[in-house]
Amino acid sequence: MKSGIIVFPGSNCDADCLHVMKNVMKQESEYIWHQASNLSAYDAIILPGGFSYGDYLRTGAIARFSPIMSAVVDYARQGGMVIGICNGFQILLEVGLLPGAMLRNRSLKFICDTVNLKVRQANTPFSNKLEEGQIIQVPIAHGEGNYYCDEKTLQELNDNKQIIFTYCGPEGEESLEYNPNGSLANIAGICNEKGNVLGMMPHPERCSEAVLGGTDGYKIFASMLNYLEEVGR
Amino acid sequence: MKELTYKEMGLLDEEYQKILGIMGREPNYLELGMFSVMWSEHCGYKNSRPLLKNFPTEGLQVIQGPGENAGVVDIGDGQALVFKIESHNHPSAIEPYQGAATGVGGIVRDIFTMGARPIALLNSLRFAELDDARVRELFSGVVAGIAGYGNCLGIPAVGGEVYFNPAYKGNPLVNAMCVGLVNTDEIALAVANEIDSPIMIVGAKTGRDGIHGATFASEELSESSQSKRPSVQVGDPFMEKLLIEACLQLIKEDLVAGMQDLGAAGLTSSIAETASKKGLGVEVDVLQVPRREQGMTPYEVMLSESQERMLIVPRTGKEERIKEIFDKWGLDAVVIGRVSGDGMFKVYEGEELVGAVPVMELTEGCPVYVRQGQKAEYYQRCRAFDINSLPEEKPEPALRKLLASPNIASKRWVFSQYDYQVMTNTAIVPGDGDAAVLRIKDTSKGVAMTTDCNSRFVYLDPYLGGVLTVCEAARNLACVGARPLALTNCLNFGSPEKPDIYWQMEQAIKGMADAARELDTPVVSGNVSLYNETVEGAIYPTPVVGMAGLLKDIDYRCDMAFKDEGDLIVLLGELRDQLGGSEYLYVCHGIQSGAVPPVDIKNEKSLVEMLLSLNADGLCKSCHDISDGGLAVCLAESAIKGGRGFTVDFDFENKRTDGVLFSEAPERAVISINADKLKKVQELANSKGLQTQVLGQVGGKDLLFKNCGQEIIRMSLADAGQIWEEAIESLMK
Repeated sequence: MKSGIIVFPGSNCDADCLHVMKNVMKQESEYIWHQASNLSAYDAIILPGGFSYGDYLRTGAIARFSPIMSAVVDYARQGGMVIGICNGFQILLEVGLLPGAMLRNRSLKFICDTVNLKVRQANTPFSNKLEEGQIIQVPIAHGEGNYYCDEKTLQELNDNKQIIFTYCGPEGEESLEYNPNGSLANIAGICNEKGNVLGMMPHPERCSEAVLGGTDGYKIFASMLNYLEEVGR
Repeated sequence: MKELTYKEMGLLDEEYQKILGIMGREPNYLELGMFSVMWSEHCGYKNSRPLLKNFPTEGLQVIQGPGENAGVVDIGDGQALVFKIESHNHPSAIEPYQGAATGVGGIVRDIFTMGARPIALLNSLRFAELDDARVRELFSGVVAGIAGYGNCLGIPAVGGEVYFNPAYKGNPLVNAMCVGLVNTDEIALAVANEIDSPIMIVGAKTGRDGIHGATFASEELSESSQSKRPSVQVGDPFMEKLLIEACLQLIKEDLVAGMQDLGAAGLTSSIAETASKKGLGVEVDVLQVPRREQGMTPYEVMLSESQERMLIVPRTGKEERIKEIFDKWGLDAVVIGRVSGDGMFKVYEGEELVGAVPVMELTEGCPVYVRQGQKAEYYQRCRAFDINSLPEEKPEPALRKLLASPNIASKRWVFSQYDYQVMTNTAIVPGDGDAAVLRIKDTSKGVAMTTDCNSRFVYLDPYLGGVLTVCEAARNLACVGARPLALTNCLNFGSPEKPDIYWQMEQAIKGMADAARELDTPVVSGNVSLYNETVEGAIYPTPVVGMAGLLKDIDYRCDMAFKDEGDLIVLLGELRDQLGGSEYLYVCHGIQSGAVPPVDIKNEKSLVEMLLSLNADGLCKSCHDISDGGLAVCLAESAIKGGRGFTVDFDFENKRTDGVLFSEAPERAVISINADKLKKVQELANSKGLQTQVLGQVGGKDLLFKNCGQEIIRMSLADAGQIWEEAIESLMK
């Protein structure tokens, strides 16, 4: 699997993603500068976390206008795998590849922590190595991860099984107490209708090696690899 | 703008006379401004330089000691750590968010200026107490400022300390530390060594912000300080992030001969420091400096402390490639002058020469004051304070009060606002161990780092307090399994012009130097922040130590959490009961006094070696040093972090119960081990000449303390955890 990691000015999890793809997954991976426009060489695209353009104006609001983003939109429409993590998720919302928007965390503070996620769908390119209902632990680090959409969109997300990860307690209990940022319906990650574009606030690249305290994130990248091997792009 | 007199710029009469002598004439306004910022305490260290000489600065591990932007320490495999700590106290007192944010920005620039990739941030923060609304505002503003800037840069904030004490009322301390990783063959220095080399300014445009910030940092805070708000700079972390990437690219391609960040005293200081190292001169044209405001005078351009700017002396013929790289990141890179051979710092505005000063006089010419210290009047009185005159507080309520003290309680409210995992290296996260541990990718190594200072100890006994500060830092590193390598320090004191404050400085520095020498942790960088006073008096002397250490094998790191039922809990070191200067005395009796517990540095070193051996052999399951709150808090924290209770039952040896439980005497740590490892631990301790004592066992859902079988404290783990976890958060609601 050859992945391309898009680097915007202000991206700061680009190196972390590259490290996981190359040194942990042992796959080909490289950076793509935001002014590039051709993605045909890649089996998957990663929009990493960070503060693209300083997150000035609104998270992801400026990055969506980078030249590369129209290529990402085309790539996604043709069914290519795209994963947006944290700031990458915010950019996918801004560019319209995923529905909804991000608000500031309920606490109005940046939150760094490790949270429990419930796997809601296991038959996606990003979660096929996980079990439905499984609880995984993944770090979060964001100031604006409070997902919001209108009722109709939420209904569609539910109907189409687009909600992939939700925040929960250690036993899978879903409640305000275990929702770190106030996200609607405890949403931590959603995909598009076709299932080839995933946005998630938690950082799987931060828990793909035992030395960092957990390896649940590895399974998300392994799912992508598995999907590619089984289905092809 | 109204012109300032030399006095208003912070110069003394005799200093002005010295300038007249150097110049052979009256300096013009620009020249006067340049002298005043360079000769401020902040830039010139004029009161502290003679004392700083006492620090040991050499060792086999030291690649670069003090004198550069940051210290450099060898960690093997052609790699080195670059680190420094710096204060941003005065700006933070006035404008907490921006003051703290730009403090982070400044220290990060010091690190990548050396060619190193910044990999970690730490901080040391001190405020008055949280029952005061202004303090809560300062505290939350400072934390938000550090978070806002550091998170955007993508540098994890992995450790630090926060203390609350009335001594910091109106004068909080905000010290920021940055650690970088560099290949030893890529270390960059701030030196201009070729005549006619161009000088470039890169990064942000220059505005009127922060003019005379260095001077402001070198005087006491007063009612009128609020009006100095324009002296506080505004930070743009996004710009800094771009600057980091661009500058590190220059280093990778070997394009620069010298690099220097623009910090305190802006262009004046960075140019003077770059040129003076080789005794060269410089010519600079202020009209070439990109500006964001119109009509700036040469004075304003030369003294501006606008953030996110760097000075670069390119290698011959590399200007164009440098411009290309900066262009990619959308940043300015402009030639503003050249290196000259005449030793003069000449400032032009276009064709017109508007100022000329001998470079060396700005740096080396700074007057140095050796003052006479005088033992503070409180010293004997506090030492003589008789603890036995105090009744013993009941143990269980006392432990509850300590766990709820913001000085001891979980700092989650603080560190959860910092991104501490970005860069995917953090192997021991904040709050889990006595120090932060980061793995070094592509090696089996780890590095550990900590900031420490018990300023109450330093106040009560500056010499011992200085010793204890260094010892605690070394002990913390050893507890996580890292060999202490070297330290950086931030010396926060009141006005050196007062004999008792000067005595505090002198003694504390002597103590730190003695400990650093014995523990082989030389001082490789540092910063001095004086005049930390308000109308109500000076702060507690607070010489913060930032120490870095090395783990040969990251797999042998150790955190503080109890792991398994039935593990033995072992005290390394002696049972001690000295309560002088303890948090217990303050929290339970409202007293900040007493004789500071003595320390034998050689014994502390044996403990460090013992801890290193234990961890290298993988014998410890948990390890936590005894410090704030004493043995009882140490045990409670290991239990809370591990989610496991304990029973300890030992002989209090006719010592005061509160003393045994809450003494903060040094040279001690508590470990938990598998029962079958006890013999090995005891043998090791014997070989190091250390005492050990089995205190009890991990297990159950209670914190249970017994003295020879008699129950002293029984508190449920859930209770203790809740008190400890929620204390700060509930005060901040």
